[in-house]
Amino acid sequence: MAFNKNSNGYTFLFAIVMVVLVGAILASLSLSLKPMQKANEAEKKMMNILGAIGVPSERGAVKPLFAEYVTERISIDSDGHQVNSISGEVNPVDATDPFNINVQKDYRSKAPASELNFPLFTCQKDGQNLYVVPVVGKGLWGPIWGYVALESDMETIYGAVFDHKTETPGLGAEIKEGFFQAPFKGKKISQVAPHFAVVKGGAPTTEYSVDGITGGTITSKGVGEMVDRTMGIYLKYFQSAPKAQK
Amino acid sequence: MSTETATVVAPKKESLFSKKNRKLLTDPLDDSNPITVQVLGICSALAITVQVQQAVIMSMAVLFVMIGGNVIVSLMRNIIPDRIRIIVQLVVIASLVIIVDEVLKAFSPDISEKLSVFVGLIITNCIIMGRLEAFALANKPGPSMLDAIGNAMGYAWILLAVALVREVFGSGAVSFPGVGQVKFLPESWFMANGGFYENNNLMILPPMALVTVGVIIWVQRARNRTLIEEN
Repeated sequence: MAFNKNSNGYTFLFAIVMVVLVGAILASLSLSLKPMQKANEAEKKMMNILGAIGVPSERGAVKPLFAEYVTERISIDSDGHQVNSISGEVNPVDATDPFNINVQKDYRSKAPASELNFPLFTCQKDGQNLYVVPVVGKGLWGPIWGYVALESDMETIYGAVFDHKTETPGLGAEIKEGFFQAPFKGKKISQVAPHFAVVKGGAPTTEYSVDGITGGTITSKGVGEMVDRTMGIYLKYFQSAPKAQK
Repeated sequence: MSTETATVVAPKKESLFSKKNRKLLTDPLDDSNPITVQVLGICSALAITVQVQQAVIMSMAVLFVMIGGNVIVSLMRNIIPDRIRIIVQLVVIASLVIIVDEVLKAFSPDISEKLSVFVGLIITNCIIMGRLEAFALANKPGPSMLDAIGNAMGYAWILLAVALVREVFGSGAVSFPGVGQVKFLPESWFMANGGFYENNNLMILPPMALVTVGVIIWVQRARNRTLIEEN
């Protein structure tokens, strides 16, 4: 070989070229795929919201369903006052659209709740008003999130979906399975703290709690914590909201 | 599969499926199995063997990354400076995983969701690094690819075996990607319904993966005496 591949100069050169090349490839790939990934995320979000009110949907056919069921998108502040209300088509670039509030980013930012807005989705299904509340929290390894739908009495849980980023498969990751989510239906949000809880797997449950996952205790607790904390904020809105909508 | 191929060997070049190369495929399944003999990749064997479907997805992901990594490193083997070769290998693996993840996120978000947990596990899988360092760095792309396939398969069958044991006894079910979990025991058997049977929750917890791997090693050594070390 003509060059000495173990010389310092060549080693540095190789490292620099490799880093620049790989960096360029990954950056351009990431940039060029971003719009599609964003669209997929928005679609997933709609699917989750529809899933919480028990409407099955598929990728590619979500938007019309979302427009059909979700009648109003509201944002509230931490004191429970309504800030904004939008209905109609979702505009992915309109920052004031409550649909575009990134609750996960807000949660991570550690900003005081008083500076944040919280989205609420009003849905209409079978002639009943349903309220879908996004919840975010942390599991054992990373973020967990979900959507909890309340019935028109703003107290009884109509349905719930949860998802996670990196929970342990077979244990904490089971929060996205039906057997964990189904018992939420019919449970109630307590008007006084603690508003809701997920108890250790197998322990007795009350009207305000559901069974956790055996072996996935920390993730289960995380689900309970995020529902409890988030509902604490939304209850202020629900309690002041016109009950005439009942 | 390879006997027909072997008969049409070009005289000068060694066939891709010569006896030596075939050993690259079969050895990691038993004699030099990455998990049970080399005891590599134990971490992922613990983490994702609760359900068969996850073991399948992980095995396929590892197979893909291993082939890609082995071939790329093998192609670059003559220009990689020795002193930073580990870093180069790491960059190759990490970039491959990230590229796959990004592309899936854009074009096939459902699969990407299923894989998301495993991305970190693939990058840190010692088997992949081990094969790059021990084999791809000193061999041509063809044999490197066979070596990757062989080792990924050796990894996969252990993973599947452990997952099968843990899922059957821990959840009373078997799951496959795309099918979901199939419970095969009648509900009336369970103690909750007045029966006599109860799923063994211990099987779901990580320690039982180690015990199961241990049993596989035991059986393997009882059968294959060459693996037993002399003190």
